Amino acid sequence: MNPYAVKIAIRHLWSHPGQTALLMAGVALGVGVFIFMSALIGGLATLLTLRTVGSIPHVVLEMPDRDPAIRRLGASAQVVVQKDVSRREQIAIWQPVIPIIETTPRVTAVSPQIRGSAFVERGQAIAPVGVIGVMPGNLSDIADIKAAIVGGTGNLPADGILIGSKLARDLGLRVGQVVRLSSDRGRSRSFRIGGIFTLGIASADRQIVYMNFTAARALFDLTTGISRIEIKVQPATAASDIAIRLRRSTGLKATAWTEDNGQLFEGLDAQARTGIIIKAFSLVTIVVGIASAMLLSIIRRQSEIGIMRAMGASKALVISIFVLEGTLIGFIGALIGAGIAWIALAPFPPVSQVTSGELPIDRAQGDFLLAISLTTLAATLASILPARRAARIDPVEAIGS
Amino acid sequence: MSGQQIFAVSGLTKSFGEGDAETLVLKGIDLSMAAGEMAALLGPSGSGKSTLLTILGTLMRASGGTHEMLGVDLMEASEAQRTEFRSRYLGFVFQFHHLLPDLSALENVMMPAACAIGRETRAMRERAGELLDAMGLSDRRDYRPSALSGGQRQRVAVARALINNPVLVLADEPTGNLDRQSANQVMDLIRSINKKMETSFLISTHDEHIAGLCQRRIELFDGHVSVKKAAVLAKQTGQ
Repeated sequence: MNPYAVKIAIRHLWSHPGQTALLMAGVALGVGVFIFMSALIGGLATLLTLRTVGSIPHVVLEMPDRDPAIRRLGASAQVVVQKDVSRREQIAIWQPVIPIIETTPRVTAVSPQIRGSAFVERGQAIAPVGVIGVMPGNLSDIADIKAAIVGGTGNLPADGILIGSKLARDLGLRVGQVVRLSSDRGRSRSFRIGGIFTLGIASADRQIVYMNFTAARALFDLTTGISRIEIKVQPATAASDIAIRLRRSTGLKATAWTEDNGQLFEGLDAQARTGIIIKAFSLVTIVVGIASAMLLSIIRRQSEIGIMRAMGASKALVISIFVLEGTLIGFIGALIGAGIAWIALAPFPPVSQVTSGELPIDRAQGDFLLAISLTTLAATLASILPARRAARIDPVEAIGS
Repeated sequence: MSGQQIFAVSGLTKSFGEGDAETLVLKGIDLSMAAGEMAALLGPSGSGKSTLLTILGTLMRASGGTHEMLGVDLMEASEAQRTEFRSRYLGFVFQFHHLLPDLSALENVMMPAACAIGRETRAMRERAGELLDAMGLSDRRDYRPSALSGGQRQRVAVARALINNPVLVLADEPTGNLDRQSANQVMDLIRSINKKMETSFLISTHDEHIAGLCQRRIELFDGHVSVKKAAVLAKQTGQ
């Protein structure tokens, strides 16, 4: 860095404080938009992900598929082996697997479940439901059912069930009433409604019934095995890696939540791309603003540049002065913009506490350093062409003018 | 070094424009100057005085002829070499001071030296201070050009031309924009420096009085030069 170029560049900026302040304000505004968009898009993605993964398992372990296989017998013949449906799909030996899962890093909750289809009958009203049999201690491990209880309690005695609020409304059910459940295994039993929950997901609130693990075992005629093991991990974005690891360690089919939520990721991708376009536009605005301001400055200082060249200033020195000027405008403007954005975004609550109608702003995802670096780089690049033009100024013409 | 030839041009031509619009301004100049010489360059407007000074100052290339200074062929030198040469051996004083408005008088004087090495040094500051003292501007070191009078500005410009200890100072009507008193002040300074430091001066002027203060007259007519030895002024030599 040429110290004399730095000195002259700073003098140029000081000599027109109003114009310099205006330019830096423009840069600061662009950086503010950049950071706001980063924080908003990032916060929105976090919110959507939180809302999506909050009530679903991050990894599901099931028995591997028994898909039909094709066996070739010589060049012209092949045999298709049909899917084996002679046995129920269940994880027969599941107790030894649980400690393996629990000791896997980043796994935060493990919930063995028995699942099946059933009908809830009350008088002439019948509704199809999916039954989830969980151990009472694991009830809220996957979806926070206890927090979603709007009536009754979250206890799960052997004769109790928890139903969703939409199902309760459809069938006119209340806490304490007794309903009959008939499973797809042909077994029926009466249960008392211990609680009603609202998860905010229509399908769950209408079609899910939670019951005690042991009661489910009897209802679905599953004497030893279980249907699946649901797992929560932290962070949720690590689910794919953990699923691969569990697949290897347990030999079970492990499905991460990311595999079943392609649309969410497409949406998040589209949202991120939109954000990138808006951020790119704010950078382009900064580049155009700085380039035009530098050009004007160079035209105004034409005779000064000419005299410096006549006095022996090299072209490189002239280029350094004006590139530094642009860079300083960009860097200082970016620092100011980032500082203001930091303060302005502070009052927004954490994304996990955002309520309906509030902007999900995540300041940590504001890309402050990236905004400062990119803006400074853009300002430097924007100054290069005008600075080269300055270096080409003919001292004779400039002095004459 | 006194008396030693510092530059020589021979058959120097300069034309502007092309084809029918081509104008030949210098039509074969033969000229040399010796170290320590102080010469006046006279001639009517349009005779090519400024063009010649600009070429001698390496700010513009001649169209033809030879241009040699201190053993360097400046016609063949690259732009970067000419810039470096200009910075080391040449000084300029213009009709308008052309001081940088954002720098103080002291910083303006240091500017050519600082441009050459890319920074200001203590030695540079001291030298610039001495030059301003010599110009009678000790109390104006930290003033911006806008706070100086016309004569003061031009004296700062003279000091600036001398900061790199140039061999030759090219002055294009340095007093043309000043009143008589200020003009005399500036010329006294130039003559004193010429004597003390043996710096050569080539001063373009319309003013016979200024020309009379120089040891040599170089007259330019229609792109040609006729050199006449001026009588050394009794006032200057005391003889």
